[in-house]
Amino acid sequence: MNSLQRVLTTIGQAEPDRVPLFLLLTMHGARELGLSIHDYFADPRHVIEGQWRMRAKYRNDCYYAFFYAAIETKAWGAEVIYSEDGPANCGAPLVRDCEEIRRLRPPRVADSPDLKRVLDTIAGLRARDGDTPIIGVVMSPFSLPVMQLGFERYLLLLLERPELFDHLMRLNEAFCVDWANAQLKAGATAICYFDPISSPTISRPEDFRRLGKPVAARTIARIQGPVATHFASGRCLRIIDELPETGPAVIGVSADEDLGDLKRAAAGRLTLLGNLNGIAMRGWDAAAAEQAVKQAIAAAGPGGGFILSDNHGEIPFQVPEETLLAIADAVARWGTYPLDWIERESSA
Amino acid sequence: MTEPVRAFVAALLAIDRLTLEDMVAGVVAADTLAPIDDLVVPALEFIGEQWEQGEVSLSQVYMSGRLCEELITGLPRLRFVEDGNGNGNGSGDGWGAEGATGDRPLRIGISTLDDYHLLGKRMVCAVLRASGYRVRDYGTADAATLAGHVVRDDVQVLLLSVLMLPSALRVKDLRAALDAAGQRTRILVGGAPFRFDPKLYLEVGADAAGATAADALALVRAAEEALT
Repeated sequence: MNSLQRVLTTIGQAEPDRVPLFLLLTMHGARELGLSIHDYFADPRHVIEGQWRMRAKYRNDCYYAFFYAAIETKAWGAEVIYSEDGPANCGAPLVRDCEEIRRLRPPRVADSPDLKRVLDTIAGLRARDGDTPIIGVVMSPFSLPVMQLGFERYLLLLLERPELFDHLMRLNEAFCVDWANAQLKAGATAICYFDPISSPTISRPEDFRRLGKPVAARTIARIQGPVATHFASGRCLRIIDELPETGPAVIGVSADEDLGDLKRAAAGRLTLLGNLNGIAMRGWDAAAAEQAVKQAIAAAGPGGGFILSDNHGEIPFQVPEETLLAIADAVARWGTYPLDWIERESSA
Repeated sequence: MTEPVRAFVAALLAIDRLTLEDMVAGVVAADTLAPIDDLVVPALEFIGEQWEQGEVSLSQVYMSGRLCEELITGLPRLRFVEDGNGNGNGSGDGWGAEGATGDRPLRIGISTLDDYHLLGKRMVCAVLRASGYRVRDYGTADAATLAGHVVRDDVQVLLLSVLMLPSALRVKDLRAALDAAGQRTRILVGGAPFRFDPKLYLEVGADAAGATAADALALVRAAEEALT
């Protein structure tokens, strides 16, 4: 099986040849090419080459066309702070007074040189390889305001300014749909819809039902390709029954929740993507990496419907190559179907 | 948990301001500071634990801290958070817990490191303020600048809230800068990287880590006891 067949089989809730591995690597490509993170993302050719090399090295089953989350708010006009050892971060919020929301205008994707670099990266990867999924990324309209307004101002907006919230959602939904569809048109196979604010870690389930869920349902319905909803380390078990109604085929799940419980709750309706602890991963030796991979596969691998990945949607730059190789080795050893070893070990 | 605390928690989670005000007023009749220890602290600790267990959301934790902060600052003996330049919104020039005894009340600072994700810091401020502490807020700073503030103000306890792993790793630079200046400040850290790797705080040279804003209060109280 090639990577695309492997992923499509598992999403179809059947067992492929082995558990698909999505090492969601972004900044590590800069290390591959001996560049700073800033310079790496400045040229799509670097990212194409970095993703290409990392896929071969780690036997990865996807290319990840994610630069950094703040690239979206940069397109809206916000400041971005670059870092030598981490993702570019959003600077001071774009909106400092909620009334300014009335004057916001969504950026045109074609007008943003930063977004264009992402599109060129996707197109370049697609030209090189038609057999491997390319994952594009959008911030959900419901979660983007954390970067647009700052978290506290956004929480207060949710509570106190429903009319402005609705207006902001209309703007963000229009941008999100355009941005997602531009990535699909460039050659992305699927879109990862990051929506941490919908997670019960951040919002009450009743607020998700009232606010984040309708936004997700409206937005995902207009994205012209498959979608994975990712909660970026946030929990989702308490809302998992409602997620299929919003339209994703895959959900990114947290290390804070039991993968076996999640698999049972997903019940063949959703494929799970997760849930290795990316922060703890920094300190793993080969044995710890193998143990974590085994544990995850034992909990969620049987029957398909599972892609092994980290729990946040981006592996920290500080995770060493040796650990990533150990994870890839462990997937090859323990993730090959049929997973008979699980029964043997549990009966022993 | 006592019945009044249970009722206070329920009112906080329901954002029921009237009930909260009534409950605080009822306790204030006996002792102006009693609501802090009798209601606010146990309620915020319980809500923090519930968040850690996935039973309540961050938005509820935030609103609970904010409501408690409003209630407590409405008491006759005002507490306040001041910025790193010493400008507060209340009266008095000192540091530390309201009503604290001793010649030198606790000097507490708070900051984020190279990060504009400010909600965690805001929540810790609210909890400490609601619990009667004054905190000097240094906003967002890099390690060298923050070390300068800490040395200038001779901060005894510094709270750091971070969201991103690189920011967490900067604590090591801060500790090195403070050590080089001979500044013995207790560094208390919190935020997602420290929650996902419980040993990370040791690696970066912090003295302790808390998983929730309410944990910050317990850590500050422990630091206060150790220092007095």
